[in-house]
This record gives sequence, structure tokens and C-alpha cells, in this order.
Amino acid sequence: MSADLTELYQQVILDHNKRPRNRGKLPTATRVAHGDNPTCGDQCSVYLRLDGDRIAEITFDGSGCAISQAAASLMTTQVKGRTAAEVQGLYDEFHRIVTTGEAPEEISDLAAFAGVHAFPARIKCATLGWHATLNALKGDAAPATTETHLD
Amino acid sequence: MFSGRDLRSDFPVLHQQVNGKPLVYLDNAATAQKPRPVIDALIHFYERDNSNVHRGLHALSMRATQAYEGARTRVARFVNAADPAEIIFTRGTTESINLVARGLGGRLQAGDVILTTEMEHHSNLVPWQQLARATGATLRYVPVLGNDAEGGLDLAALDTLLTPQVKVFAFTHISNTLGTINPAAHLCARARAVGAVTVIDAAQSIGHGPFDVRDLGADFVAFSGHKMCGPTGIGVLYGRRSLLDALAPDETGGGMVVSVDYAGARWKPSPERFEAGTPNVADAIALGAACDYLDQVGRDAIARHDQALGKLAFEKLSALPGIRVLGPRGERSGLVSFAFADVHAHDVVTFADEDGIALRGGHHCNQPLMRKLGLASTTRASFYLYNTEEEIDQLVTSLRRILKFFGAGM
Repeated sequence: MSADLTELYQQVILDHNKRPRNRGKLPTATRVAHGDNPTCGDQCSVYLRLDGDRIAEITFDGSGCAISQAAASLMTTQVKGRTAAEVQGLYDEFHRIVTTGEAPEEISDLAAFAGVHAFPARIKCATLGWHATLNALKGDAAPATTETHLD
Repeated sequence: MFSGRDLRSDFPVLHQQVNGKPLVYLDNAATAQKPRPVIDALIHFYERDNSNVHRGLHALSMRATQAYEGARTRVARFVNAADPAEIIFTRGTTESINLVARGLGGRLQAGDVILTTEMEHHSNLVPWQQLARATGATLRYVPVLGNDAEGGLDLAALDTLLTPQVKVFAFTHISNTLGTINPAAHLCARARAVGAVTVIDAAQSIGHGPFDVRDLGADFVAFSGHKMCGPTGIGVLYGRRSLLDALAPDETGGGMVVSVDYAGARWKPSPERFEAGTPNVADAIALGAACDYLDQVGRDAIARHDQALGKLAFEKLSALPGIRVLGPRGERSGLVSFAFADVHAHDVVTFADEDGIALRGGHHCNQPLMRKLGLASTTRASFYLYNTEEEIDQLVTSLRRILKFFGAGM
């Protein structure tokens, strides 16, 4: 296997793909948002319950490739307890990692996605769940679609 | 009969390495590679004859016009049309279908039915949805049989679906997802019996075997040049002459009018009526060269070759663990779609690319059918005249490696 491919399918990603965290619907959700990647048919729904301005609980479901499923799973573990502004900050960091391949300043599981940058077509897979979450936090009922985002 | 290996030297693009491995190009249902004579036709035109067609009185313009109209005649012969005027050059299948759909708009009204099938590519589905919306006509679908076991059309359902209210029956000749070969002649005959106009999406069939519009009894046929070894950006709408002359033009402007004054304009007959503006001269000429190439190889032989590869791939892939191979078990075209229980199509495609194998993963512009099959996406391997049995073995080896990596189905 090439170095690029090994880098793309890191152990952390394979693990999240195989055993996704926080997968399923959330009956107590106060916000729901849906993301679509029309290019490949990947779908991701995010359910979250806000406590004040913080995410108290978050789950996701949908279908997609290992990258999209693992990214959504990991995302749920990273944003819990955060405010919308903090989630936006994390997303900006994540976006920088997947587009540049540069590791984050702080040690983080997000770094596992650095390998995505060598596969530009897969950046949308990695960011699908994040887009849905950002939309949910905005209270935007319109489905997120990767086609209306710059990445 | 030829062997795929013998033809590979005609296709320059095949002689390269991808990720350090010899390219195995199995994405022919998306677009086919181009043989040297097609590339040469493009070069020759731009180096020697480039000029605008029609109304030109100088040497280059006359040569270009002759070559362009020669290509029309060549394509007419390729599909056995009665008259070159029945061949309209378009950008591709999508534009061809849109041209018919919009042209028929004035003839449809509420209460009429547009019939299509559940296996259509979006390009033969969305234009009819739009037409139904615009005219108040109802859109109905011939069901696809079985879950995915059969993949054929429910022909018995035609008895109830094909009523005198059906004005248009649009269907694909070969499904780009299932690999089903539909009985086009039978479908045309059934439609004709109730007075419905037939529109065949021949994108997946035209370059893969003999095609005779008169044998099929087709009213309209749409196809693309790039899936039959021709260039991108050129396609064809075939229409029976009497129907074309009654079809409203879609685009208007220069080249398609007999006369214009400030009060209005009168249309030329087909094909000019449907080719407003400067046409895609070079690509039409190169499409003619593609027709020559395919006829030289032999279209019966191409059909046998491609279908044999499709059948072999179906059998070999079916033996893999945790796989679901779509479409008919028996006679099928040279393409195979499949899905693994535990590995997503996009991961499959990324890994296969690592082995130099070009596949396609996704919904194949077939979202309603995928939903019906309960799948979000599949991986598709599609074959053409330069593919070999060895390449299918390479595909299977690569897929086994992928399954192992993901710890799936082992």
C-alpha cells in the first residue's frame, strides 16, 4: 500500500468507521440537520440537544464511505459540550488539516484526517457531518449540501 | 473475433502507468477511450480544414462543410437511418433528450401520459418530469422486476400501463447501473400499437453492438459520441423524418432559418432547424471516424466481446464474500455494478485506483433506482473492446485485497 493510502486510512479512521460513536437518532434532539453529497449519494443526519448554548448530546446517522462515517463519528466526540463558536473554531481547524495536510498545533484525533489532503475528491466526504452540525447549530432547516460549500 | 489485447495499441491513453501500475480502464460506461484514427481526425481538421461550415464559398469552408455533412451521412449509415437529415448533432445524450422533450411540449396536455421506466439515468428522467410539470401530463414508470435479482423490466405491466393516453414512451436500451439489455424492438412495437412516440436512450448501447433504428422501429434515439470512442461534446438525436418536421425547434438563431424579417422567421427543415449557431464541426467529423473504427472492428464481434466480459465479471465477482452484484444473471451488457456489505463504493474505488484500476462509485445518476434497491451507492466496472479477461482477474485480486484491509467478509 502506498504511503498516501496508508495515511488516508489511518487506524483511528478505520476504528471509527467500524465502531462509530454516537450513531443513531436522538429522541430528545432539539436540533436536526441533514447533509447530502450529491456527487456520491453520501448522507448524514445530525441530531443534537442544546443545553443553553452548549451541545449536551449529539448523534448522527446516514450512509457513506469510511472517510465520511469516521469523520462524522469523530466529530460527535469532539463537539460535545461546546458552543457554536467553539464548534466553528474546531471546524476551521479540521478544514485546514484536510485541505493542507498540516497537523494541528495541539495533539488531537482530528490529525488522523491529514491524509485526506492528498485525495481532494474526498475532502467533501470528511466535512459532510461537520456541515450538517454547523447548520443544526444555526437552526438552519435547509439540508446542507457539499455542493454549496467551497470545499 | 478480435482479442481485446490486439486493439490496445490503437488507444494511446491505455499505455501509461497509474500509481505505478499499468492502467486498467474499467470506466467505459462513463466514457470510452479514443483510438488513434479519432484523435487523428481531430488533428487533421484543425491543422488542415478548420473553417466555419455552410454558406462558405472558400476552399476551407467547403472542405469543412463536406466533412461535417459527410459525418452526418456516416452516422446515418451507422444506425441505418433512412436519410441523413434524420441525424441531428447535439452535445450529447442529455441535450438530445431535452431537445425531444421540449419539442414535444406543444403536443401534450393534462390527461396525457408520459411513460418511462424505473431504471432510467437522470438524463432520461428529469426532462420528462419537467415536461410533465409544464404540460400537466402524468409521468408513469414501468417497474423493474424483482428486488435486484432480475433487473429486467416488468413487461407484463405494459398491458395496463400502455394505454391510448400514453403519448411518449421513453426508455433506456441498456441500463447504466444494472447492465440490463431491454427488448427495444418489442417496446417500440408495443408503444406504436397505442400511438405513442418512442424515445430510446442508447447511450450505453450504441457503441457496443449493431444498432438499426429501422429494425428497432424507433421514433427518436439519443446517444453520445464519447461513449463510442468519439470525442466529448458531440452527440446525436435520431428522429424519424416525419416526426422531426413536426417537432418545434428548441434553440433559435442563425443557421436554422429560411428567412427572417422584423416580423418573424421561418424555420429550415431538419437537421438545420435543430442546429442553431455554429455547430461542433471538428467533433462531429471525429465521431464519423469513430463510426469507421467500430465498423472496422466489427460491431457483432464487439457485442460478443463486451457481453462475454460482462458475464465473466458477473460470475467472478459473485464469488466474493459479502458482495451483492446487481442486474440480470443471464444475458447482460458489458457492465457490472456491485456493493459490499461492509465496504463503501468510494473506498473501493480509491483502493482500486491504487492498483491502477479505474472504476466508478456512486449512484450512477440513478438515484430513484438505487433507493428502490435499498442502496446508497455501488461500484461499477464497465468494459469495452480493449479490455481483457486478465483485467477482470486483476480487478478481483484488487477487490480481495480491499476486503482484507477492511476486515470485511473474511
